[in-house]
Amino acid sequence: MNLTTETAKQWLLAAGRDMQENKGYLSELDQAIGDGDHGHNMARGFAEVEKKIASKTYDDVGGVVKDASMTIISKVGGAAGPLYGTAFLKASGVWKGKAEVSDEEFAEGLKAAIDGIAQRGKSEQGQKTMLDVWIPVLQEAEKGNIEAEQLAQTAKEAMEKTEGIEAKKGRAAYLGERSIGHLDPGAYSSYLLFEALVEAIEAGGEANG
Amino acid sequence: MKKLINQTDDILDEMLEGMVAAHPNEIKRLAETNVIVRSNAPIKGKVGLVSGGGSGHEPAHAGYVGHKLLDAAVCGEVFTSPTPDQVYEAIKAVDGGVGVLLIVKNYSGDVMNFDMAADMAKDEGIKVEQVIIRDDVAIANPEDRRGVAGTIFVHKIAGAAAESGKSLKDIAELAQKTADNVFSMGVSLSPSIVPASGKPGFELKEDEMEIGTGIHGEQGIERKTLKPADEIAEELVQNLLKHMDIKNSRIALMINGQGSTPLMELYIMNRKVSELLNEKQAEIKKTFVGEYMTSIEMAGCSVSILKLDDELEYFLH
Repeated sequence: MNLTTETAKQWLLAAGRDMQENKGYLSELDQAIGDGDHGHNMARGFAEVEKKIASKTYDDVGGVVKDASMTIISKVGGAAGPLYGTAFLKASGVWKGKAEVSDEEFAEGLKAAIDGIAQRGKSEQGQKTMLDVWIPVLQEAEKGNIEAEQLAQTAKEAMEKTEGIEAKKGRAAYLGERSIGHLDPGAYSSYLLFEALVEAIEAGGEANG
Repeated sequence: MKKLINQTDDILDEMLEGMVAAHPNEIKRLAETNVIVRSNAPIKGKVGLVSGGGSGHEPAHAGYVGHKLLDAAVCGEVFTSPTPDQVYEAIKAVDGGVGVLLIVKNYSGDVMNFDMAADMAKDEGIKVEQVIIRDDVAIANPEDRRGVAGTIFVHKIAGAAAESGKSLKDIAELAQKTADNVFSMGVSLSPSIVPASGKPGFELKEDEMEIGTGIHGEQGIERKTLKPADEIAEELVQNLLKHMDIKNSRIALMINGQGSTPLMELYIMNRKVSELLNEKQAEIKKTFVGEYMTSIEMAGCSVSILKLDDELEYFLH
């Protein structure tokens, strides 16, 4: 996979479009087991990310991802803000100074992001959270020869599996067993994020070609 | 959705403008933020108290900014935790040089955002303590309990203690003691509508009520047919007394309206609740009946009981 600075920027912009398109659905998912604002918060936050990064030029992947992280931390709120913000912030540290990120470095960035999410949210895999998507995606990425489509497919399958998990973290945990049968909204928005990577890689290919 | 609003996106901003317009001598808004602070902040030598959370719970929390109460309230979007940079601005604005106490309701978003802000402030050399409020006994596991109307007792007690010149450490301990001794439970008759979604947060049939609903409409412990006020009061009190022994104790009581329940009904609830507590030989030293922690236009109420000792009683008065 070819993750250049420009591709990273396109990734975040594509994620913003996906959050916007799916904001109603994300909020519906959240309404079932949370407080119903996830889609609106993500769409609002990524719209701010677009404002921040769209017309700015960056020298490294870390720079654009860090700007996204600071924007998300300061604009999203809720639980999603600190979790996504911390994830991007940790990844940006790994990708700092790199105009292009290798497959191995991409996986390292994901790993750092996951550690950040786990620490901030005091959570682990299997609790019906975004980590249930991020960790399988990391495991796929660590195999090397990353294909964005494959990561997105992994993310999709992992997201779908959250339906069968009982929530242990966040507001959904109040429901206990009653949370089973619902997709986790954070897992869904995480899936959208990795789906957006496919769009960015495709767009990047055209731009480079 | 039928609300007195202009644009959904402007709700928070316009509400804060209206609040400042109503109380220009007491409060001000920090420029470029959704933070309301006391007009004379920071007060040198006094511990600063900061609370906040999603909006839609008015008067919580901006309505509690003032003398013997909070120094700042950080207001998030409706039912959405405020961001760390906003909390950080509030901390900086109210630090009178002796530290700041954060009063946080136990929701994952609030806890994480306030925690990030506390880290930022500590990096700048500001002393920060946090107390997490978990008074909603509708949740079985004490660690997971939500912060609801009992939070207001913490504002009042910690606020009075801060005004009296106590240290950050003492106020944090007092706030924690208050939090440890307050228990709440609610009942909802109809849902709230978050303006951005435009839809009710949950659905209840005309003749249904839900016991134990959270202040954002989170599911409670049981949904059943609506009963007369006296029976609901009995059920709430019974639930609360599983968690506290109030026999021969002094207590403070709060009957809190969730947003669209009239005072008339709250007083009817208070009639039975106080009767039941008196039967248990509890001495009710102070009663609050009204809207202290609302949930937009949710109908229903919560009952909070705070068990008092000399110190808590002194600072609550």
